[in-house]
Amino acid sequence: MATPQLHFDVPPYRLSGAVYGALLNDPAQLLALGDAVHQPPYKAPPQAPVLEVKPRHTLAADGDDIAVPGGAGGIEIGATLGIVVGRVACRLSMAQALQAVAGYVIAADLGLPLASHYRPSVRLKARDGFCPLGPRVVPAAEVPNPDALSFELSVDGEVVQRGSTAGRVRNVARLLVDVTEFMTLQSGDLLLLGRSHAAPLARVGQSVAIAFAGLGRLQVRLVAEAPLEGPSA
Amino acid sequence: MRSARVACGGAIHHAVSHTQGLRLADGRVLAEDAVVWLPPFEAGTIIALGLNYGDHLKELAKELTVTSQDEPLVFFKGPGALIGHRGFTRRPDGVKVMHYECELAVVIGSTARRVTRATAMRHVAGYTVCNDYAIRDYLENWYRPNLRVKNRDGCTVLGPWLVDAAEVPDPHALALRTLVNGKVVQQGSTADMAHDIPALIEYLSAFMTLQAGDVILTGTPEGVSNVDVGDEVVTEIEGIGRLVNTIVGDAEFGRSAPAVQETP
Repeated sequence: MATPQLHFDVPPYRLSGAVYGALLNDPAQLLALGDAVHQPPYKAPPQAPVLEVKPRHTLAADGDDIAVPGGAGGIEIGATLGIVVGRVACRLSMAQALQAVAGYVIAADLGLPLASHYRPSVRLKARDGFCPLGPRVVPAAEVPNPDALSFELSVDGEVVQRGSTAGRVRNVARLLVDVTEFMTLQSGDLLLLGRSHAAPLARVGQSVAIAFAGLGRLQVRLVAEAPLEGPSA
Repeated sequence: MRSARVACGGAIHHAVSHTQGLRLADGRVLAEDAVVWLPPFEAGTIIALGLNYGDHLKELAKELTVTSQDEPLVFFKGPGALIGHRGFTRRPDGVKVMHYECELAVVIGSTARRVTRATAMRHVAGYTVCNDYAIRDYLENWYRPNLRVKNRDGCTVLGPWLVDAAEVPDPHALALRTLVNGKVVQQGSTADMAHDIPALIEYLSAFMTLQAGDVILTGTPEGVSNVDVGDEVVTEIEGIGRLVNTIVGDAEFGRSAPAVQETP
């Protein structure tokens, strides 16, 4: 509900609060759609990076309780690398891209399952607290290769997904280059590399943890959202 | 009150409207062209509506499938998209269709969480004018409207004034129009919104906490058309303001034309 107070020891020392996430950046996600990527409504595979905005109300911190709708069969837990921008980044080249990175942080890309990638409602993903970040920003100098970080995602202590940042449609540098071609990123902005294919589900009452090699462990608990009252219920 | 944020004499100032232009908090009275206009408030989350006017919906019907009975089509923007009154927006060389969209912008003044339409308007601080450009060449059918179309640097113009809600007794009865080089190209009324302001606040606040400074761009009526480098685009809303923007090309931004493919 507020930008987590993630202070760190390299410039810009704190996050700006602007967060953008890459979607469909794991080739397996597009592969799983098969020929549908060429059929309506998509008609063609994505060309530019597929992106979403994670507004400030979606941000949460390590250790937070995240309220999720009670009726849902579970929410998807996407484990993703967060790239913290260290300086104004506009039209980066591949050679410059990683120099613009201040550090890395774990992010959880939460969401209700989507029936389609065409025009999904933001109501399904951009809910209060649906983008936890933490536990800390690790300076880029301590992360020699951000494109080869393994992670483990656990639900109630049991590992349900193992993956890595390797083999993305766009790796960290390429994503920065293609995004900053049309939108300038500011110091402290966060760009998420994107979740892996087949994000596991978790339900109310469960505890979710994402551990990335060298970045620590982000943990949140899913709690029941109070039922909505009034005419819009 | 009608307030603005402007840069002048090496600082950023809060200003209010004045018969000769505007007056800074320190007493200086200045002409409209003597300051650099910023978006009139520090924007939090930028929430935009697609297809929120029946007529615009009809206009785009060939490629779209929603009706006004559907859930509002909402998307978000980042802070880099915003620029102020009298600013310059880049039209990339070689694109075929870049169009303006005149929209009423609703600025939230207090935290709204799960409010009903009956109390929704209490959370509105005021209104301003938005011109939300789109470059249709970049449209792709994944998570529409994709950011390359709608979240470009400087493509969402806001201002000039933030007009207090108290000065706008009925925000659903305002004429809006767009002029390109002085010629009227888009006309409509905020009466024709498919989802009105209280409905939007009720809908949004059911799943996201709205905070002071968040802004809802409520969509545009029919009449969008292509603009070119050098065009002056004026979006205006009755009682709210007249927002001026000029289209510039890649050269202004130090970008050269795309390299011509040469056959060896």
